[in-house]
Amino acid sequence: MPSIAKPAVVHPSAQRNHLGLTQRDYEGAMSTLCAGCGHDSITAAVVRALWEMSVEPHMLAKMSGIGCSSKTTAYFVNGAHGFNSAHGRMPPIATGANAANRELLYIGVSGDGDSLSIGLGHLCHAIRRNLRMVYLIENNGVYGLTKGQFSASADVGSKSKRGEANRMAPIDPMLLGLSLGATFLARGFSGDKEHLVPILKAAIAHRGFALVDIISPCVTFNDHNGSTKSYLYTRQNLIQATQSDFVAPQHELLAEIGLAGEVAVTLHDGSVVRFKQTPEGYDPRDREAVSKYLEEHSGTGKIVTGLLYVNEDVPELHEMSNTPDHALTKLPYEKLCPGSQVLAEMQREWR
Amino acid sequence: MEHHVSARVNDFAIKLANVNGTGSASANGLILQAIFRMGIPVSGKNLFPSNIQGLPTWYEIRVNRDGHTARALDYDLMVAMNAQTYDRDIHEVRSGGYLLYDSSWPLDPALLRDDIHLIGIPFAEMCNEAFNEPRERTLMKNISYTGAMAVLLNLDLTIVETLLAESFSRKPALRDSNIRALRLGSEYAQKHFACPLPFYMEAMNANVGKVLIDGNTATALGCLYAGATVAAWYPITPATSVMDAFKNLCEKYRRDKETGKNNYIILQAEDELAAMGMVIGAMWNGARAFTSTAGPGVSLMNELLGLAYYAEIPVVLVDVQRVGPSTGMPTRTQQSDLLECAYASHGDTKHILLLPANPAECFEFAANSFDLAEQFQTPVMIVSDLDIGMNDWVIPELKWDDTYRPNRGRVLSLEEIEALPKFQRYMVENGTQVAPRTLPGVHPKAAYFTRGSGHNKFGAYTETPAEYQEVLDRLLKKHRAAAAFVPPAIVEGRGSELGIVTLGGCDAAVREAVEIMGRRGIRMDFMRVRAFPFGSEVEAFLNAHETNFIVEQNRDAQLRSMILLETSVSKEKLRSILVYGGFPLSARHVIEQVMQQIDQSAEPLPVAVGAWVRK
Repeated sequence: MPSIAKPAVVHPSAQRNHLGLTQRDYEGAMSTLCAGCGHDSITAAVVRALWEMSVEPHMLAKMSGIGCSSKTTAYFVNGAHGFNSAHGRMPPIATGANAANRELLYIGVSGDGDSLSIGLGHLCHAIRRNLRMVYLIENNGVYGLTKGQFSASADVGSKSKRGEANRMAPIDPMLLGLSLGATFLARGFSGDKEHLVPILKAAIAHRGFALVDIISPCVTFNDHNGSTKSYLYTRQNLIQATQSDFVAPQHELLAEIGLAGEVAVTLHDGSVVRFKQTPEGYDPRDREAVSKYLEEHSGTGKIVTGLLYVNEDVPELHEMSNTPDHALTKLPYEKLCPGSQVLAEMQREWR
Repeated sequence: MEHHVSARVNDFAIKLANVNGTGSASANGLILQAIFRMGIPVSGKNLFPSNIQGLPTWYEIRVNRDGHTARALDYDLMVAMNAQTYDRDIHEVRSGGYLLYDSSWPLDPALLRDDIHLIGIPFAEMCNEAFNEPRERTLMKNISYTGAMAVLLNLDLTIVETLLAESFSRKPALRDSNIRALRLGSEYAQKHFACPLPFYMEAMNANVGKVLIDGNTATALGCLYAGATVAAWYPITPATSVMDAFKNLCEKYRRDKETGKNNYIILQAEDELAAMGMVIGAMWNGARAFTSTAGPGVSLMNELLGLAYYAEIPVVLVDVQRVGPSTGMPTRTQQSDLLECAYASHGDTKHILLLPANPAECFEFAANSFDLAEQFQTPVMIVSDLDIGMNDWVIPELKWDDTYRPNRGRVLSLEEIEALPKFQRYMVENGTQVAPRTLPGVHPKAAYFTRGSGHNKFGAYTETPAEYQEVLDRLLKKHRAAAAFVPPAIVEGRGSELGIVTLGGCDAAVREAVEIMGRRGIRMDFMRVRAFPFGSEVEAFLNAHETNFIVEQNRDAQLRSMILLETSVSKEKLRSILVYGGFPLSARHVIEQVMQQIDQSAEPLPVAVGAWVRK
């Protein structure tokens, strides 16, 4: 856990990934969040997923906006560049970064204030561009750094610490994403790391924009009776709609895929998401069915989790833009400048 | 009483009054290009409404053998093709001038002036007879007035026909109708009027090695040649044509011949705020990226410009200014974004501005802006305007030095990173105010946390006053250091005690005014500021003159304000000449206001070397 100081020496028995790195190599600075903050558990899941996926630390870019959640990019993978930008503006900055260098893995960490209020428009358009990135919303229904105002994800009737009830309808990132043509939608719970890790791994392998909404209770401002984003309420009302395994391309379990009654989705890089559990008639590839299922549970007070929707058939931004397979930043200047002769020739048009 | 204009060769002004959306812009552009090909100095100014179809629109052409191509306010010929605006158009013709109108319908006698000459040609009637399709009839009316103007002004018809043949090389039927329409006009004028008029054209040789190009295209070319690979934008008048041109150029010159891939990406963002974010992200990652916008867009970009400034990320922003505040007048020109750009964003910020005066400088400054942005790791704004950006200007052919290689500033290589004990983002190198940066994806040791929150020179979060201030103070020094690298002001003078200072597209009008006033005995030294921060030459010029007239196109004397803020020049030395109604500046505006200030001055003004004149 990055919220606890640890010795500098790694125990020789520590497991190593394909790059020979231990999980400690994927950790970052000490967390400055409140003790027990759901966000720290998410950070731990991110560390785990990146380690298991053997992501080269320097090939990761950590993008964030402003808020408690956005601070967490400092708490994982010290060897990766991080960009703690401006409130709500992470999606465009990530878009520009990705446009310039498609070879990096982009993980954006955001919160419900960042993504569902001030930056909602940017989130919508990042979804439309199908920008290849993992986009986490650490969702606690409340503004932490400014001490407890409702956010746009607060449920109707949910009470603030001072007893005031929220009256306005919440924005559900999953339903929003579906309506915008999102290609990967998942919801997790910070209190359930075990199910979060495979979702994050699938998000990393996804072809385009992977939106992961993670209910992450705020222990300081939104973990009381009457709140619908508390640990207790979330545990009591959680419906794990789907349960999935992530199977890396080279994994031997590949042979087991396709067993009767199981849905398996092959991702862009050849890895497979195997759905071990789905509701009756639910197909995570069927947008209409997913929409219907989510609508049915919307407003019931239940929290539907799991990898809810995945579509690997939509091209991401670079595929739509017909850019080179390598980073645009790798193009030598000689390829970019048409030269003096061409300049002279083209100016004939302006005579 | 008979009124006549003097007989003049290659020295007159025309105004064309049209209805927008009727195809007049193509005809007017055709006339401009034909005059250009005759080798005569010429300018065209499009005074158009913020509308797609149906509202009045004007186009002005000034022909001047001496090369004065600022807007003229005295129209020798008015081509009145819009009955809705007859009253004001007739009013604007200079006494003794000519009014060319469509005589298919009678003119309201109440509108007539007895000091101008009328030339009525039944364009609509002729075109209705010659063409069948309604749209064609409308379009061809424009070409037929072009034909009439050609014989009235001695414009070379062969050149016009050649231009039509070039435009319609793949559409012979269209070419033929155009030429037919052209002759309808020219033959009618020839037959019914004494041609040419007292003012007319004769071929010259002034345009050798020159091209006719708008500033926005030139800016896009500069970005292309500088090696920009990422462009992000949101559509806005009058900057849209920057990105249109960049896209066209990229489709021609950036599609990889071997792979068929696009060696560029253009991102149409959800708003200007996002466009700026995209540029920041791309530049942070090591690409050359830019955005183009106008004042309203810069307002939105303010937030992230502060981030780029404080986190020291290069940015290139092209601001094609239009009339503000708010939505203002989107199709009119102004220089009212200077303060907004120079000090964009909350907190203490200062940016580098490049102030082009014409398309040649748009190209040059756009190409250089990337070097400056990367060298100083900070936003650089090319502050152009609608007049420069959207009108066609005659400029020397653009040249490129093939030995040019981008100056990427201090970016640590893999070898340098490996040799470092520890990378600390904001530690400056000896003798500079710039700290080396690293790019993502190179080496884990080079990783750092980019932030807009308080940070110290090591790149770590801080809330300690001394640590915060150390970085902020360096940023100020860095901005000052850039003064030696930006384009210096252009200074021309012979030791007069009066100075006249301007910027951007006012250049031509102010120079012309200086020349005319010089002939009247009022000698003024000239300076055009071309960048911010100001070089030492700016302060030296201002201090060397008793009185400096600062000519700019905004209400609040923004350039003057910046001079007062950034130099030690005393307020008493600076007087303002402000023209900000939205049309390009004319020498007459400048002369009238200078004369008025000289006349009304309580203190005597030195109007010529050694000669003091009182009211």
